[in-house]
Amino acid sequence: MSTAKSRTGSRRQFLVDSARLACGVSLFGLGMGFYARHAKALPPAAIRPPGALPESDFSAACIRCGLCVRDCPYDILHLAKPEEPMSTGTPYFVARQAPCEMCEDIPCVKACPTGALDHGLTDINKSKMGVAVLVDHETCLNYLGLRCDICYRVCPVIDKAITLDPQSNERTGRHTLFIPVVHSDHCTGCGKCEKACPTEVASIKVFPRYMAKGQLSEHYRLGWVEKEKAGSSLVAPDVEHKYNMPEGMKYEFDKGLSKVPPAEPSGAVPGMPKALQGDKL
Amino acid sequence: MSSSELRPGAEAVLEKGWLGAHKWLLMRRSSQIGILLLFLVGPWFGWWIVKGNLAYSYTLGVLPLTDPYVLLQSLVAGQVPHKVAFIGVAIVIGFYLLFGGRSFCAWVCPVNLVTDLAGWLRARLGIKGGPHVSRSVRYWILAATFVVGALTGTIAWEMLNPVSMLHRGLIFGMGLAWAVVLAIFLFDLFVMRNGWCGHFCPVGAFYSLIGKLSLTRIRLPNRDACNDCMDCFAVCPEQQVIRPALKAINGTGPVILESNCTNCGRCIDVCSKDVFRFGLRAGGNDSNLGGVAGATPK
Repeated sequence: MSTAKSRTGSRRQFLVDSARLACGVSLFGLGMGFYARHAKALPPAAIRPPGALPESDFSAACIRCGLCVRDCPYDILHLAKPEEPMSTGTPYFVARQAPCEMCEDIPCVKACPTGALDHGLTDINKSKMGVAVLVDHETCLNYLGLRCDICYRVCPVIDKAITLDPQSNERTGRHTLFIPVVHSDHCTGCGKCEKACPTEVASIKVFPRYMAKGQLSEHYRLGWVEKEKAGSSLVAPDVEHKYNMPEGMKYEFDKGLSKVPPAEPSGAVPGMPKALQGDKL
Repeated sequence: MSSSELRPGAEAVLEKGWLGAHKWLLMRRSSQIGILLLFLVGPWFGWWIVKGNLAYSYTLGVLPLTDPYVLLQSLVAGQVPHKVAFIGVAIVIGFYLLFGGRSFCAWVCPVNLVTDLAGWLRARLGIKGGPHVSRSVRYWILAATFVVGALTGTIAWEMLNPVSMLHRGLIFGMGLAWAVVLAIFLFDLFVMRNGWCGHFCPVGAFYSLIGKLSLTRIRLPNRDACNDCMDCFAVCPEQQVIRPALKAINGTGPVILESNCTNCGRCIDVCSKDVFRFGLRAGGNDSNLGGVAGATPK
């Protein structure tokens, strides 16, 4: 009987020990899981090296060996330290400190043993490290009417990733603003624009793509694109638009406002609204 | 016995001299520090012999070495690495199959330097006691790292792993990793003897799985000469591995087959009777010294 008792005793002890072990390990696992999920999001200032897989795959593929860091000839890459708010040990750079120099042979990608940096990337101009965003119109010198143009000039994909789009300067009424516009299909996210931006805090910044990009709903179609594809309008046929103009005036879509031919010689019309006194008049 | 008054290994020092009684310890420290230096002379002096860290390294532009545990975590998380990483794994697994799975712990791992220091200090300060935790917890943690990795689709454990944190930290910049290392040091010093390496570390647990098949083992050709001084138990970081082979429990042969033996060789050093030596798993060459009738090492 005593052996039976001790047997149930030891069985109980076994169950208690097992439960304790299971609880402890589960708690540990839960903590690790939450931490892992939390660390999956990339902070906005941290940009991955070229060819990096999307963040969700990257944190599974990168084994944190640092070979990309070693093979970067400009030493721009760092491995995240434990206290930094991202996956510990994974590589990143901060554009404002040192942007990607866009090596043509992309040594960081070649060094990666796992494919966390995709070896399929052979043209650095096709890399998608992030997207530059002109975050602050209020401090951008070009927006203020100056011809700073630095972000445009330093861009390795000049005239494709950043263009300067003219707008009239409403403040002076007679100048042109050259607005830097980023085109995300060409922007590599190298961060040279952010590094070079002369304002105290950069007015143009590079963000991870997931932060910088919006996305249209899937059912959205761009009418003019569809029309071009189909060769004709897919909805009701276009109707000729008719304008109701004051007597003696006419308006054409591509020419603007004009006087009906038999009229006095052209020039600024004293009584016209300011908005209508453009080049097109 | 009078030897119980002395520190473990004191008799061996009298018998074999200080150097003879610290031979393997010195070789082990040279290996640990030497490997670390190989990684460090690159960033320190620009001598790029080895690039990378223990997760993956590239030596002299020809030799890839990959940590199989990290690679397996990556696979479980759903990513298939390049061929070069698999070649690195094959080399590493081959090496540890030859030289003992957990010899990684004793001869390579930088955390071992920390925990050994804690253990040495603990013995010096006479700190005793602590919670009883099963040594199999590490296998549950090992399993948990894979489960969490699969569920989150990340190499979750590598965000916390003190082993890679310390090694990577030394090479690429510590940050707050020193706090994690300090925590392990204090835990091993004040809370549990051999706490981290002997109970919790899943890296060691993983390498012990390789060790189940590995060739190089501690053999006890002289086990009859044992005078029960207990010095080997006192210094062994995985004390449970010694008894079956030393005392021929259930007819165990004179070889330590327990996969958690780290092949540190400290038992060889501290034994004044030369009971232990390094040998092969199935080395029949010591049968003339074994003297245990009917003991058949498998």
